[in-house]
Amino acid sequence: MNSLADQLLVLVMLINLIMLGSSRLIFSIRAVAAQGVILGILPGLIHPFSLHLTGITASVILAKGIIIPYLISDAVHKAHIRREVEPFIGYVPTLFLGAVFTALAFVFAEKLPLAPEHKELLFVPASIATLLTGFLILTTRRKAISQVIGYLVLENGIFVFGLLLTEAMPFMVEAGALLDLLVGIFVMGIVINQISQEFSSLDTSRLRALKEE
Amino acid sequence: MLYALVLIPLVGALLAWVIPDNRTRPLVLPVIALAHLVLTLLLLWHAPPPSANGWIWLDPLGKLVLLCISVLFSICAFYAVGYLAYRQERSNRVLCMGLLVCLAAMGLVTVSQHLGLLWVALETTTVAMAPLIYFNKNARSIEATWKYLLICSVGIALALLGLLFLAYSTYVAQRDATLLLSSLMATARGLNQGWLHAAVIFLLVGYGSKMGLAPLHTWKPDAYGEAPGMVGAMLAGGLVNCAFLAILRVYQVCLASGSSELLFFQRALVGMGLLSMAFAAVFMAKQADFKRMLAYSSVEHVGILAIGLGLGKGALFGALFHLLNNGLTKGVLFLASGNIHRSYGAKTTDIVKGAMTRLPWSGGLFMAGFIAITGSPPFAPFISEYTIVSSAFAEGDYLVAGAFLLFLAIVFIGMALTVLPMVMGTPSDTTPPTGYRDSVLMVGPPLVTMLIILVLGVWPPAALLGLLKEGVALLGVQP
Repeated sequence: MNSLADQLLVLVMLINLIMLGSSRLIFSIRAVAAQGVILGILPGLIHPFSLHLTGITASVILAKGIIIPYLISDAVHKAHIRREVEPFIGYVPTLFLGAVFTALAFVFAEKLPLAPEHKELLFVPASIATLLTGFLILTTRRKAISQVIGYLVLENGIFVFGLLLTEAMPFMVEAGALLDLLVGIFVMGIVINQISQEFSSLDTSRLRALKEE
Repeated sequence: MLYALVLIPLVGALLAWVIPDNRTRPLVLPVIALAHLVLTLLLLWHAPPPSANGWIWLDPLGKLVLLCISVLFSICAFYAVGYLAYRQERSNRVLCMGLLVCLAAMGLVTVSQHLGLLWVALETTTVAMAPLIYFNKNARSIEATWKYLLICSVGIALALLGLLFLAYSTYVAQRDATLLLSSLMATARGLNQGWLHAAVIFLLVGYGSKMGLAPLHTWKPDAYGEAPGMVGAMLAGGLVNCAFLAILRVYQVCLASGSSELLFFQRALVGMGLLSMAFAAVFMAKQADFKRMLAYSSVEHVGILAIGLGLGKGALFGALFHLLNNGLTKGVLFLASGNIHRSYGAKTTDIVKGAMTRLPWSGGLFMAGFIAITGSPPFAPFISEYTIVSSAFAEGDYLVAGAFLLFLAIVFIGMALTVLPMVMGTPSDTTPPTGYRDSVLMVGPPLVTMLIILVLGVWPPAALLGLLKEGVALLGVQP
């Protein structure tokens, strides 16, 4: 069972790299949706079956795989943009950085004082790699939509680490966290819509009226 | 009864959603606020025991934050009725709902004894506040909302990672992973040190960015500058204190762990606190926008809170008292500045001059708030700041105490250079008159707050001092 989980985690890390290399926003959104669905399946593979688990699987797939991607692509359609143009750092360099970060994640995870039963699993390196990818997208892209995607990837990375602790996190807390994420993305979608109406662009580097003189 | 703390504001939010009329809708706010205030006072008087699973309990620290939030919200609620009467050109449905949902979430923060639940509530306050910053619906407020939303969301996500690390440190120590404060503290001595350290760093960064500690404060001037006055007041006095409560919980865990972790956390807090005061001192000088100036003042005061907590011992009393004083004084300043902004239609000092002549009440309140927040007697912030400094000297932290006093002095001068011409100068004749006049609803609430701050400074009630001492006892080193 755990080998399947590991394969899925490799897939998660591959999706990270794909997102770093792609300029088409719709494609990135689909990729993050696929990542969300995988995250939904994972808890079922490593923990014994329970009602709690079914609830988590269903709500994660629903939220991260369906509703959130829908909200973001809706914002994309309304804003009439298709591509991320001119990121602060180009695609190839970020892809390269992403690969380096992934490798470092493995090295770093080796050194962490993990519980013995988690030593052999890919959860921790995958979590760190995804987290760093999220940061990379968040900081190097200009479009507001790309930044939301980066934030989602960051959350996914945290979620992967949380999988090790699914039994510790009560369902209410997890549901609350998911709901907050959902509403957060919803609000971000509205703000994005307003940005595109007000500035005729989603380029966040144009948001620079507020600063110290 | 504790559940009512969350339910009453939610019912209010529902009401605000249902009521179609823009004029009657804001009346929901004071009604709910009064109910909330009465409930809060009842709970302070006689707190119910912890819930069966230990998740929900109002401890002295929670009580203190709850008191501050409830009083501040009541004041803002009455003010809102007056303010929104001037802003009939746009719908206030989202504003009223957002304020009430935020009140519910802040109430939940104060009663959460489960760190996961606390996190969820804190994240809810972040999201609920976003549409309020955006009330003015112009390019500048969009920019501020976007920065606030992104930085705070990422920050709070990092805090979640910190919480997971904390849970993992209990797991590695071969116990059931838990985030319940009481069991965390009971087993804290056996926690895995490495994971605890990582957890503390991430929690400090996460909650620190929400609280606005330098260098994570960059969203603050924008959000405070563009939000309506009462939203600024709730941000500076409500959300800041909720995030500080989260940091207090982390402090409690560090304290219970009885390890070097506490020392690290204290040093980090003092360092970030001093940095916050330094940043505020630099950016406050020559600040032409008075709402941004208040934001930097908020950065300064979260710095003071962090330093008070980091110094520990006698300074703890000052830090907890300052939590209340800063919240209320910021309320006065933001509400008065909102009035001045309304009257001049501008918030920069090249246009706003001689507010005392044009708006004797609001100008006077702004002036009084300035005197109070910079730590002048007889107002309450003087006592809390003095307690922190004198404790630092008594413990021999001369460097910290010296820097603290120096930054206070620079901030005082910087703030005075903006405030004095703005309030005392002669008004220019070119400023066109606007429809705004000082009214009872918009001057009364900050005036009452100012009186409370004065009373707290001259004659602090014994019940409050008792509550503060109980709070300090929770943060003191157990023998």
